Amino acid sequence: MLKRREVVLGALALPMVLPQMARAQGFAGSYNLAADPIGDGIWLVRGADEAITPQNGGAIANIVIMATDAGAIVVDTGPSLSYGRALEALARRLTGTPVARVYITHLHPDHSFGNGAFGSSEIHALPATRAELERDATGFEDAMYRMLPGWIAGTEVVLPQHEATAGVVLVGGRKLELLALAGHSEGDLAILDHATGTLIAGDLVFHNRAPTTPHADVPAWLEALDYLAALPHQQLVPGHGPLCERGAAIAQTRDWLIWLDGALREAVASGLDMTEAGNLPIPERFAGLAEARYELTRSVAHFYPKLEAEMLLRFGG
Amino acid sequence: MRVWHTLFLGMIRIASLLALIGAPAAALAAASGGDPLGSPMWEYHAARVFADAPIVFDDRVKVSLPVLAENQHVLPVTVDARALDGVERIVIFADLNPIPVAVEYTPLAAQAFIATRIKLDQRTPVRAAVLTKDGVWHVAGDWVDAAGGGCSAPPLSRVRGDWADHLGELRGGTWDDGQATRLRLALRHPMDTGLVENIPEYNIEALTVSDEAGTLLARMAIHASVSEDPAFTLKFASGLSGDLKVMARDSGGLEFAGQLSASSGARIAAASR
Repeated sequence: MLKRREVVLGALALPMVLPQMARAQGFAGSYNLAADPIGDGIWLVRGADEAITPQNGGAIANIVIMATDAGAIVVDTGPSLSYGRALEALARRLTGTPVARVYITHLHPDHSFGNGAFGSSEIHALPATRAELERDATGFEDAMYRMLPGWIAGTEVVLPQHEATAGVVLVGGRKLELLALAGHSEGDLAILDHATGTLIAGDLVFHNRAPTTPHADVPAWLEALDYLAALPHQQLVPGHGPLCERGAAIAQTRDWLIWLDGALREAVASGLDMTEAGNLPIPERFAGLAEARYELTRSVAHFYPKLEAEMLLRFGG
Repeated sequence: MRVWHTLFLGMIRIASLLALIGAPAAALAAASGGDPLGSPMWEYHAARVFADAPIVFDDRVKVSLPVLAENQHVLPVTVDARALDGVERIVIFADLNPIPVAVEYTPLAAQAFIATRIKLDQRTPVRAAVLTKDGVWHVAGDWVDAAGGGCSAPPLSRVRGDWADHLGELRGGTWDDGQATRLRLALRHPMDTGLVENIPEYNIEALTVSDEAGTLLARMAIHASVSEDPAFTLKFASGLSGDLKVMARDSGGLEFAGQLSASSGARIAAASR
């Protein structure tokens, strides 16, 4: 008897069906942001450790809020205008002040598409990030509107108008050290909050969530990780994944990148095609990384044609 | 019994509901010419590509697609029809592409296996149709969700402006794993679709692989929906000795030819260590 019920439920659980039903019902989502205090005057808004989906509204990146005497600081603005608005309200509620300043760690839309909600704040980013946003914003907009119908309504890319440069800045009595790095993208801003020893690493560091590589330069990324590992800090906020207190996240990101690069090179060297490379076994030690298979498949698309052009033998032609 | 009877009726109602919203339920097949993917273009393509030949949807044709189309200009597709006997042709096509057919492969002495990369212009079924010598087409595939514009955006080399500097460069390698000799082959070509303003269609049209003596082992017709800088994996019986000759011709009449040594795969593997 029980078996038959399982069969019935099994028939209902067709994976292709559910998203289509959800789409047919129309959009009814809203962001419900929560912040965890992680030190004196500093809060972490955790993203879902998932790919961007219509269920999570693209709220997958970690966001940091800090209080200063001159107003709040927000690091990264999330995936959409409505997310940015919810974040702005949350920062205002937590700190009791308006948001004075925004830092954007890098160009990717899950970190930068909420900028429009911070029109009266100063938005700072590395010059490379601004240049990359100018280049890619339209493409990102198309992709985000396709992936997040409803959630993304009204969102337009707002370019950062202030240049962040490496060095120490004092904002309303809060001392921040800005680190101008690269590797995950052409411009990766990391920020060390001196008061709490919190290193806000952006997407240079992932934790228990597989790294993403659409604009990655692996050697530069590894160099940036060396730099971050050598920088004394008490705790680290990765771009994605839980807060890290023991240095494990930097080591894990480095481990994945070295494995990925080696595995893809070996795949090209044994004549595998992209589909086969995307199906390579993922080592047991990465079993705790969310979205590992998904990100391997993406990384194959990012790196494989270039690796083949570099490694396959030239003949005739 | 009554309870189960009710549940069963409920299932039928759910099944018809699924059919209405476009799910790949069996109930849908009847409404779209037997196509298990429920494609709006199936009947059109079935009539055009297969004429009146018999068609079966056959899971012995393995079509491997990635879990997501990360890049709509470069969708890897692998077709393995080695479970079928007497394969004469393998056609790779995407129903909703403006240039639906990507590759028509005639394996001749090769195994019934091909991997390549294609462009997608929107969410579409991607399929392989395999003709066996009894005249039956064996069809398999799946829907792939993709961002728009894979066929209607200019290729990267056109944007960079360096396409002519590398036109027709051939790269590749051969590897023998004891079960098959694998040929991995890539050539540089913009593969213009003609769907981008002011850039006429210009693509590789034909490719052949022969042995050292010049005996034809495999050939294919190639369309502009194959990705820029086309790449292919073909498989031959294990123990294939000697070099492979590759010849490609584009729609401008240019020919690109080369001879790939049997030791090339070993040399690539050695260089990567």
